Amino acid sequence: MEFEFNVVTVAFFVFSFITLAGGYAVVTAKNLFRGTIWLMMSLFGVSGLYLTLSAPFLAAVQILVYIGAIAILFTFAVMLTRSLTNLRDLYVRPQINLVGAVLLFVLIVVGVILPLFAANPQPPVSDEVIRTVDLGVALASGNGFVIPFEVASLLLTAAMIGAIVIARDTDDLV
Amino acid sequence: MTVLNEWAFIGVFAIMAPIFPALPILIAAILRPKKPNILKSQTYECGVETVGDTWVQFRVQYYLYGLVFLVFDVEMVFLFPWAMAYSQLDLFAFGAGFLFIFLLADALIYAWRKEVLAWR
Amino acid sequence: MDCTGLCEALYRGGMDQGLAQFLSIFAGVLFVSGVPLVTVIFLIWVERKVAARIQDRIGPNRVGPFGLLQTFADLIKLLLKEDITPTSADRLLYNLAPLVSFASVILIWAVIPYTPYHYGADLEIGVLYFVAVASLGTLAIMTAGWASNNKYALLGAFRVVALLVSYEIPLVFSLLIPVMLAGSMSLLDIVFAQSGMWFVFLSPLAAVLFFISSQAETGRAPFDLIEAESELVAGFNIEYSGMKFGMFFAAEFLHVFTNAVLITILFFGGWLGLLWNEPIIAFLWLGIKSALFYFVSLWIRNTVPRLRIDQVMNFNWFFLVPLSIILLLVTSGVVMIFKTVGLVPLDAAGNMQLAGANLFDMLPLTLALLAVNALMIAPILNRWRNIGREARLANERRQQARMASPAVGD
Repeated sequence: MEFEFNVVTVAFFVFSFITLAGGYAVVTAKNLFRGTIWLMMSLFGVSGLYLTLSAPFLAAVQILVYIGAIAILFTFAVMLTRSLTNLRDLYVRPQINLVGAVLLFVLIVVGVILPLFAANPQPPVSDEVIRTVDLGVALASGNGFVIPFEVASLLLTAAMIGAIVIARDTDDLV
Repeated sequence: MTVLNEWAFIGVFAIMAPIFPALPILIAAILRPKKPNILKSQTYECGVETVGDTWVQFRVQYYLYGLVFLVFDVEMVFLFPWAMAYSQLDLFAFGAGFLFIFLLADALIYAWRKEVLAWR
Repeated sequence: MDCTGLCEALYRGGMDQGLAQFLSIFAGVLFVSGVPLVTVIFLIWVERKVAARIQDRIGPNRVGPFGLLQTFADLIKLLLKEDITPTSADRLLYNLAPLVSFASVILIWAVIPYTPYHYGADLEIGVLYFVAVASLGTLAIMTAGWASNNKYALLGAFRVVALLVSYEIPLVFSLLIPVMLAGSMSLLDIVFAQSGMWFVFLSPLAAVLFFISSQAETGRAPFDLIEAESELVAGFNIEYSGMKFGMFFAAEFLHVFTNAVLITILFFGGWLGLLWNEPIIAFLWLGIKSALFYFVSLWIRNTVPRLRIDQVMNFNWFFLVPLSIILLLVTSGVVMIFKTVGLVPLDAAGNMQLAGANLFDMLPLTLALLAVNALMIAPILNRWRNIGREARLANERRQQARMASPAVGD
């Protein structure tokens, strides 16, 4: 595979670095709020990676949903948990963590990375440029993905109702 | 390849955007006086010394607003392509969109009935 | 990447192509961001003058002619102010928040088309882009409130963020209508689609919803819970001083004007007007229309009292959100009926095509949508009138009762 050095490559490395650095900061952060902010940095990097793959819609969705909504939800949730914002050395058990990390790494290598190399090195890429409009046509036309479209709505409805049932204050209902 | 050009512009813009506010702050950092003392750098709570931890437990209400917002935000992800393609679609698409929004409106009505959206 | 305009000139002049491309993009960024940055300096003066006139004052008139240099004086003052960081603050996030807050507003300008020929980037997902970028500002406020480690700041941030996320729902729902009519999320395409008829005539309610919720997004009165002085001292930015406070302030000013420009582009035809093919005239049209909406938002800010948090939230969840959902459903229904019947401008493939349509072709759809909007507005106005009437009658009765019965020791 020829290694081409251009803007996209540089962008890929920059965004990968942001993603990984953010991820590292999340797991090392002792403070839940800071952890949320680093998580958002990591997800921002992922949205950049979507851009390098020419998927601007997904990139915008990533920012809109994760940084716009989930970050806010996380901070609200962090504030719900009493005295958890300053995690001291509560969960530090080096040996168990090390074993877990190594096991997970082996699992990822065996399950995800090796199969990628084993398979056809040239992944099937369509020359067709898919625009966001095409996504809309696919979602809402009769021979497209209209059933997943409706199921998504149903799922969202179920999620919202479920969360309300769980999170609602029951003691001071008027 | 023009698409890439547009995003290169956004990329440069995104790098520049925090620099615009950072510049005056940096200039101010050079010019301004720096005489901190213990009293000055205390937390300001109307002159009274601050009591207890700031990062206390908040009400579940905020979380519920965040959650309902998240659900609507994810809904937007589906509705934007739908609206974009609407001029090319037929009556069937209207039905699909109607059902989609209607199902979510259901969840909203449920939230109303359970009185979780009224500020208390 | 293609290389035209400035890039081409530099390349012809013997520069490396990559460098030429970068420089041309860089120059573009400076131009596109220069417009709002210069405008905001002037707008702060306009805002203070307008506020002064509304409050029957003169306003700044000492520094420079008509007080025009007042903003620069303020800038110098802010530069020389001591910047106090509380010891208990989370320093990194504390310093990061004002940067993100300002950047989130200025980044919106990357997709704003100034004229048909001058724009930063014509993104396919322009509308989604500016909603996504603006949501960074919400996170910045949350971060500022949390990192200050101050009870008022955190409580203020929580309230504001709850307000911002709530008002984003009607905002985005009202955005879906121009997107649906134009069949594109590119702001350039949305303006071109209004060449026959501005979208405000197709959906006045959506324009109103967008205006109200974008006003709320800036945290201005009547939604200024951000700085409810009497309750929260100054809200999330209480611990900020000097230039860092100035950046939150500038971001707010800029956001108000950005919203005025956005509503112009989305609903009032952007640069469209007489002789819009000339870039300068097109730019002037955009400026004039935006200035009008900027003035309206100043007007509202200076005349309407602040609402309580429960009023603001209930107004959103029990009025704006359902109204925006119903509006979207009704509008999409009417558009689809008219498209099926064939009473809208169609292109060769039979798709709805508003760009380049003339006034006459647009009339049936416009009249139908206007009628539907009027049908939706009428009961609301009627209900509001009744609420006002009942309140007035109750007040009168109370006064009469007080007049009738002699005062008992009060």
